[in-house]
Amino acid sequence: MKNKGLNKVDLIFEKINAEEVLKKAWEMSNQSIIQQILDSGLKGRGGAGFPTGLKWKYTAAIDEPEKYVVCNADEGEPGTFKDREILDKVVYKVYGGMAIAGKAIGAKKGIVYLRGEYRFLLSQLYKELEAFHKMIKEIGYDFEISYRLGSGAYICGEESALFESIEGRRGEPRNKPPYPTTSGVFEKPTSINNVETLVTAMMIITHGPESYSQLGTKDSRGSKVFSVSGDTPIPGIFELELGMTVQEFVNEFGDGDTKAVQVGGASGFCVPRKKFQDTIIGFEGVPTGGSMKLFNSSRSMYNVLHNYLDFFAEESCGQCTPCRVGCQQLLRGVEKVKKGEIHSNYLNELLKLADTMKVASKCGLGQSVGNAFRTIVENFREEIIY
Amino acid sequence: MYQLGNLVKDLSDKHGRTRESLLPILQGIVEKHNYLTDEAMVEVAKELDISAAEVYGTASFYTFLDTQERGKYVIRVCKTITCSMKGKIEILETLEDMLKIKAGETTSDKQFTLLETNCIGWCHKAPAMLINEIPYTELTPEKVVEIIKGYMQKK
Amino acid sequence: MINLTINNQKISVEPGTTVLDAAKKLNIHIPTLCNHPDLCVAGNCRVCVVEQTGARTLVAACAMPVAEGMDIHTNTLKVRNARKHIVELLLSEHRSDCTKCYKNQKCELQALANEFAFGDTVFIDLVKDRHYEIDRSSPAFIKDDSKCIRCQRCVRTCSQLQHISAIAVANKGLHQKISSFHDRPMSHVVCTNCGQCVNRCPTGALVEKTYIDQVWDAIYDEDKHVVVQTAPAVRVALGEDLGFDPGEIVTGKMVTALRYLGFDSVLDTDFSADLTIMEEGTELLSRLKKVLVDGDEKTKIPMFTSCSPGWIKFIEHKYPELLPNLSTCKSPQQMFGALAKTYYAAKKNIDPSKIVSVSIMPCTAKKYEADRPEMRASGYKDIDYVLTTRELAVMIKQAGIDFRNLKPTHYDSVMGESTGAGVIFGATGGVMEAALRTAYEIVTGREVPFTNLNITPVRGMEGVKEASIKIENCLEDWKFLEGAVLNVAIAHGLTNANKIVKLVSQGKTNYHFIEIMACPGGCIGGGGQPIPTSMEIRQNRIDAIYAEDENMPIRKSHENPEIIAIYEEFLDKPNSHKSHELLHTHYTERENY
Repeated sequence: MKNKGLNKVDLIFEKINAEEVLKKAWEMSNQSIIQQILDSGLKGRGGAGFPTGLKWKYTAAIDEPEKYVVCNADEGEPGTFKDREILDKVVYKVYGGMAIAGKAIGAKKGIVYLRGEYRFLLSQLYKELEAFHKMIKEIGYDFEISYRLGSGAYICGEESALFESIEGRRGEPRNKPPYPTTSGVFEKPTSINNVETLVTAMMIITHGPESYSQLGTKDSRGSKVFSVSGDTPIPGIFELELGMTVQEFVNEFGDGDTKAVQVGGASGFCVPRKKFQDTIIGFEGVPTGGSMKLFNSSRSMYNVLHNYLDFFAEESCGQCTPCRVGCQQLLRGVEKVKKGEIHSNYLNELLKLADTMKVASKCGLGQSVGNAFRTIVENFREEIIY
Repeated sequence: MYQLGNLVKDLSDKHGRTRESLLPILQGIVEKHNYLTDEAMVEVAKELDISAAEVYGTASFYTFLDTQERGKYVIRVCKTITCSMKGKIEILETLEDMLKIKAGETTSDKQFTLLETNCIGWCHKAPAMLINEIPYTELTPEKVVEIIKGYMQKK
Repeated sequence: MINLTINNQKISVEPGTTVLDAAKKLNIHIPTLCNHPDLCVAGNCRVCVVEQTGARTLVAACAMPVAEGMDIHTNTLKVRNARKHIVELLLSEHRSDCTKCYKNQKCELQALANEFAFGDTVFIDLVKDRHYEIDRSSPAFIKDDSKCIRCQRCVRTCSQLQHISAIAVANKGLHQKISSFHDRPMSHVVCTNCGQCVNRCPTGALVEKTYIDQVWDAIYDEDKHVVVQTAPAVRVALGEDLGFDPGEIVTGKMVTALRYLGFDSVLDTDFSADLTIMEEGTELLSRLKKVLVDGDEKTKIPMFTSCSPGWIKFIEHKYPELLPNLSTCKSPQQMFGALAKTYYAAKKNIDPSKIVSVSIMPCTAKKYEADRPEMRASGYKDIDYVLTTRELAVMIKQAGIDFRNLKPTHYDSVMGESTGAGVIFGATGGVMEAALRTAYEIVTGREVPFTNLNITPVRGMEGVKEASIKIENCLEDWKFLEGAVLNVAIAHGLTNANKIVKLVSQGKTNYHFIEIMACPGGCIGGGGQPIPTSMEIRQNRIDAIYAEDENMPIRKSHENPEIIAIYEEFLDKPNSHKSHELLHTHYTERENY
């Protein structure tokens, strides 16, 4: 299979005249805005990858005077830090994306849910918001953005948990359906989009959907901001066209001794060296919200797995059985195998448990714990045991 | 023990007295006093007309809304994978040596609390920590000593 | 209507129906744990997961609304494996010392574990590594977190049904737990001891504090005279724990069983319910006189009933400013207790220090009430031990009594005679109805103007009920009430109570008299009643209560011959000095957390 290779793109951080773009969007019909987003093939950049245009379309279709655009800036996936950089560098485009979404779906209120760890950015973000409000008001937008802060809870990145948190409660995911497009924050129709998604949407309106959809592959259109860390000489933020293989990625970012890449953070997949060549980064291979962690041969994959499981055991909201207890069982289980207190065959039982967590957990957190667990245990079994 | 004064009332006036105001109010208290006393939580419950157990239950869900006594400067060292790989242990040991406390503890003069925390979003500049809301990145033991000295002089 | 198939069987149901309820209609059993018919959907335990064709994951049947064309399978291998894992996970964080557990064989988790016939479970025991402290601080119940499976039924009960939230979910992840305000002992928080959480806990994490052994000790102590009283609601529910259907009246069998157990005297709380009506009715009329005629500003109306100890604690915590509105009458249990060691002791010529007074109650809050320091009017602890309906059933089983084939017998005397008015205390609206039957007659000399004495507007399961009664042609002493309209209200379940009490506290009502019961349906839905409970079960018990009322030869409290006698011989008249000493009490303002 021919792939696109590794190509750097400059879209997210590209300087644009926001006022012009917002004026352009103001002149467009709501349907044509949504159509352009649909045509671009943009999928949510937070990790789950739901088509953004569809989300907007569903929310727009509901006849209800009070709707919301929520910007998910609760970037908590280990290894992801791109949203902080985007907010720091081009927050006016985040605001712009929200205003365009607001117009398209018929929402007058926007809420940015910012993780507590990024509170230090807030005064600057407020400053820019004031100017932005003034600017869109002059164009004619009836749209106002406010901030809500997280306070240290990974699960609040899950959309319904985030709504609960905005509403002043524990960030516990809701039963679905209903979905946010019909009943989101304050039980009103809500389009909730990741920071990067909103900026991308604004850039699609800026340049048109055609040029965007030419980037990437059939299932993974466009480009994506990657957060690169771990054993790499050049950690940082990179915007790349989707569709490269892990091998191409490692060629660019590896330190020459890469034995595994964790794609998509703690809830993502571990790709071992032998699969670099055949694995595409994107929805046809390993999807990612942008977290790319490289591990060289000096690293113990047991430590990596243990660290992730410890993370999940703490950050599970705790309401559903498979996730709350399952995370603890996986963690205690690998510890006991490592210490030799239990036979290594127990890993097979834990793999079955990971499957149950995937199908029976209430939300995406519990459902994805098994991703890292399975891919690390299957590919580095001997490192877990010995 | 800090003096609560009119803080809860002022924050309730500012953010409102509906359930959705709960987090902003609790965050406001923590911003001023670093943690939530029982007295403060009871006060908030009264202002919002919800149960105190609910306030506690909600606060205790969020790592940054501490319900245990905390020092003036809360140090949170990231313990997630990249920071772990890049020397978190040395950073923590340096802090423990300097402050003469273990992770999870507060200095007897109530100036510093040392905690570990999950990913704070600075993996490319690991190891990293927060002191209150300010991030410090690409830490080395030497750098940590300088930073903490600065805070010690501040008091 | 929505069409779907479950296990290849077609069914049409109303939109909004859950998969679980649709399956029930087909008699397809889907196991549940966190689900409860009285509570909102949680979808937490995941025991009810089923397979939906085309869905990426399994879905929780309790939380999934039906959709057109849905194809559900409840028993596939995938479902079985997941369910088995989930039950095993719950067992791994549950202290499974089943044979020693108070809830042994009455535990829903145990029943599920049985279903899966685990030989040995795979997973690591997580309880061992944790330090659990069992909270025995309340005299009414025990909270044992090591047996908690985090289904949150208790939390939803406390917030939804009772508007208290004395307990809430705290922390997250592996540290998640059900906690009072900052882990304080349950005796030191806003908890009303109503026991509704105990009634809904699927495991042994929340159980009543039992006094069965103490009662056995007393019974077998030659030196003691043990009297027992049974509350109105017990007789219509006890049968459920002994093989009868909900709503079966087992009064006579229960009295016989109590004798067989060895109680020296089997008496009736219904007697002191009648007494309560005399005292409370008189108090109401005297309050009305003080307010309407004397213009006394210290006297408050509306007057609230005070029979329900859960409600008393609720108002003490949450609306202390309304304590002057609370009737000073003790509850029937405590009136009985004060009289057992005075009036009864004298009549029977027994040294009160040798009397052990036991009550059988549908209630856990009664255990707390009996422990209140002010409940020692007789010079002794007025009530020594309170057992719930469930505990009585346990004792009957322990004694090997063939309950079903017992011959019914009558209560002993004195303090064993009662009326239909006393019986209906067990149902929401019953105290009100009983009070009106008597008060109206005192004021007008005529029976209440309702067919067959059934004051239907105050009956029923509606959360808040209101009624107005016009008073005409009064007797000479009550002329000040001529033409007045008496406005009354009734609420059951503290969430409903809170609605009404809030309005009263804001001065927005024109009620004169308000009956409040802490538990849904009144005492028949008490926290000490047989498990399970549901709207339907409570309705059956209520129907039984009113049937019992209709069967009674006397149906008005003031016509109870033992009541007439006790005033003649001992108390003088309602609200007399002696009554106040023994039958009335005072209340304490408490913290609201």
